Amino acid sequence: MNLFETFRTGLDAVVSHRLRSALTVLGIMIGITAVILTVGLGEGAQQQVGSEITALGSNLLTVTPGSTTTSSGIRGGFGSASTLTYGDAIALDSKVVAPDINAVAPATSESESLVAGTSNWTTTVVGTDPSWLTVRGRSMTEGRFIVAHDLATRADVVVLGATTAQELFGFRDPVGQTVNVAGQPMSVIGVLNSVGSSSSSSTTSDPDDQAIVPLTTASALLFGGTSRSSVSQILIQATSGATLSAAYQEADAELLNLHGITTTSGADFTITSEQQVLSTATSVDKTLTVLLGGVAGISLLVGGIGVMNIMLVSVTERIREIGLRKALGATPRVIRRQFLVEASVLGTVGGVLGALLGLVGAEVLPHFISDPITISPVAAVGAIAIAIGIGIAFGVYPAGRAARLPPIDALRSE
Amino acid sequence: MTGVDDTAEVWIDRTDAHPVVGRPVIEVDDVWKPYRNGSLQVDALRGVSFTIDPGEYVAIMGPSGSGKSTLMHILGCLDVPTSGRFLLAGDDVSGMTEEDLAHVRNKRIGFVFQQFNLLASLNAWRNVELPLLYAGVDRIERKRRALEALDRVGLGDRVDHRPGELSGGQQQRVAVARALVTDPDLILADEPTGNLDSVSAHDVMGLLDELHRSGRTVVLITHDSDVAEASGRVMRIFDGQIDEVAPVAASTAGVEAP
Repeated sequence: MNLFETFRTGLDAVVSHRLRSALTVLGIMIGITAVILTVGLGEGAQQQVGSEITALGSNLLTVTPGSTTTSSGIRGGFGSASTLTYGDAIALDSKVVAPDINAVAPATSESESLVAGTSNWTTTVVGTDPSWLTVRGRSMTEGRFIVAHDLATRADVVVLGATTAQELFGFRDPVGQTVNVAGQPMSVIGVLNSVGSSSSSSTTSDPDDQAIVPLTTASALLFGGTSRSSVSQILIQATSGATLSAAYQEADAELLNLHGITTTSGADFTITSEQQVLSTATSVDKTLTVLLGGVAGISLLVGGIGVMNIMLVSVTERIREIGLRKALGATPRVIRRQFLVEASVLGTVGGVLGALLGLVGAEVLPHFISDPITISPVAAVGAIAIAIGIGIAFGVYPAGRAARLPPIDALRSE
Repeated sequence: MTGVDDTAEVWIDRTDAHPVVGRPVIEVDDVWKPYRNGSLQVDALRGVSFTIDPGEYVAIMGPSGSGKSTLMHILGCLDVPTSGRFLLAGDDVSGMTEEDLAHVRNKRIGFVFQQFNLLASLNAWRNVELPLLYAGVDRIERKRRALEALDRVGLGDRVDHRPGELSGGQQQRVAVARALVTDPDLILADEPTGNLDSVSAHDVMGLLDELHRSGRTVVLITHDSDVAEASGRVMRIFDGQIDEVAPVAASTAGVEAP
């Protein structure tokens, strides 16, 4: 009996028990769909985080005050007086001291309430200098950004993020309007380009919702308390992704020197790269993918057990048929193959339908959950292969049982 | 594989020709077989010996519990004796593997069961072609021979009907067609009329008689003496032993008791 005949016999059996076969297939199908969607969701999230952070600038270093080493009675940590100053930023922005640093932007930020007419909006107000635009890789949709003159004159000017502008002015043109920032009237000189909301990523705040003011204006008029020259972070852009670690070394050495610290462990600042953030975020997403994939895998396993269950029922139900086929000359091997074919047909059909449903889900679902789903062809083909494998793996035991049935007992049963 | 011919053609080309008389189709020599029913073990066959020659029509008769079912299983190569020898057309079946037994059943034995044992999901000709399927005969040849066999049992106009659409007698005729489609050495009928009304029973017995006339070896297992009388020789089995071997008077021609 050749493979084609075996296949046809198996297929006949599947077709003649339509409802039962359909229910079994459904189990596999749901499992495969779940696997495809969860893996796709995970991959989508990873890609999104990756592209977001790339947009921020993968060759970006952030210097923050405070030490990575904890519990120091001498050095100030977060929250107390900032150890970073505007002077540090100026010093770093030197081609002589740090040839691998392209641009440096000091920044200080605080959450403030903005009022324009009757509109009221609370957002992050960032005090910085003109380099910020370059370092952050942003551009203007309207008006201009802060210039050196604004810094020198502590001008009362503000640049708004797209979302912030929308919230405060609706569809009116914000440029030239006046906004009260923490009670201080300031005129809007420009609006930043929109880079898209990143609700899913917790690692960055919304880049479209912020207000930029000159650093000098911020420290003099808006943010009280800390030293006038201190900043809450210094953003450093390396000349390229490849020179990132060189830029890191240069910044580290220069800051240690400026702060008069001789040992690396005594540093009163911390330099982090977006690369680190990226890898952390990616690993978090990976963990999530593995977790979800595990849950989906369990549902697939349940589907597989369903196949085994139905095949065992099928064997019991068809004891007479098996006995007869054996009496007519079917060898144990032929019987085993017939049942394996049946099980793998169930698995294959379930797998293919599950993959199709997964693809449809990947198209439809993002409209409802605002998260992207990335389906790789490898994942889809892999899932189908897994389904076939499950069909066969869980079919082995029932098929073996069918093959071992002695023909007389089988024929005798009613 | 011990002496089982793989080429089904050998039996195909011989249709309706009287087989060579000489070597017995069945040689049973001191066969013992216990039968286990739960924890109780009884000897169903206790030293049974007999031979059946080619072209014979033999009825094995006995009440229930006499061991005739066990004997039928051994003759049908569905089971092997625990001791003693059973030769089917000269080949010792006693020590064969399950695989070899399947081949022997496929090529040398045609079964007719009391319950018909047709597959409900297949139509008549697909049921008849089943043994050929396991013999590895190709599709076109299978269908040709299945239709031929059905024609022979008078169901040439019912080949596409499923068992559910056929009467009991017709179903048993499909089963007979299935038994003879491989042109076996032996047709083994186990209570073939047990589930039939008298008209259908007569019909099926006529068919078996016709097969015998055309030169086939037929072994009939029954508890009904009226049915047994149709055969050329009746063997009575009682308590696991052959009790009596009696030629039936006024039997069909060409049959001699050994």
